[in-house]
Amino acid sequence: MADPMRIRAQVAGDKATVRVLMSHEMETGQRKDSSGKAIPAWFIQEVTVAHNGAPVMTAQWGPSVSKNPFMQCAIKGAKAGDKVTVSWTDNKGDKRTDEATVS
Amino acid sequence: MQTRREMLAHSATVVGLLGAAGMLPAAAQAAWNEAAFSAKTLADVVKAMGGGAPAESKDVTVTGPDIAENGAVVPVGASSSAAGVKRLMLLVEKNPNALAASFDLTDKVEANVTTRVKMGQSSNVYAVAMMGDGKVMYAVKEIKVTLGGCGG
Repeated sequence: MADPMRIRAQVAGDKATVRVLMSHEMETGQRKDSSGKAIPAWFIQEVTVAHNGAPVMTAQWGPSVSKNPFMQCAIKGAKAGDKVTVSWTDNKGDKRTDEATVS
Repeated sequence: MQTRREMLAHSATVVGLLGAAGMLPAAAQAAWNEAAFSAKTLADVVKAMGGGAPAESKDVTVTGPDIAENGAVVPVGASSSAAGVKRLMLLVEKNPNALAASFDLTDKVEANVTTRVKMGQSSNVYAVAMMGDGKVMYAVKEIKVTLGGCGG
């Protein structure tokens, strides 16, 4: 299981800005190791953001997203105390879900 | 003797069973658009995503630095002021596969996302907005990279 994500959700006016920092290798599959063999690709393919349990955004990522990916988005109408859940799935089938409270 | 057609049908059944049993990770990620992520150009990506002909528009903005010192971590963002954006995509023209990320939006989120991407070399970065009616708009910005992010 991968390390937990760091999620920060802050109210700004009538919306909440959500910032997520995930912990993932994001290997592209283009690099080679010291013996010249290609390192297999390993990256997050799908990210879902949910607000109080209802999905509000789904992202599909390719291998060119940076290592330990950062993502920012804004949820309309989110208030302090609301729950924001972020989950990802990588191309090896690993999953991780973390939750944060809007402040 | 098995015909090719029968064999294909059989393997499809087996794959289906495996998927149902949760043994194939791919089954959980059926939504991942492999065609779009292996496309090389803006036009091909948009086609794979099912959009119409892309047109440059002022309603879409791409944010990012003019010069990125480290190509492994380039902060880029896509946003659109138009109403009814269904999907925002970020593309790096000179990466091996152009599409970096695609965000499927609902009306609950703003059409404004930011992430960080890897860039192998200085390149044009596109922000593409797909509307509900299939219309595709984009904005482009050149980002110069001093140190490529795909080496090693």
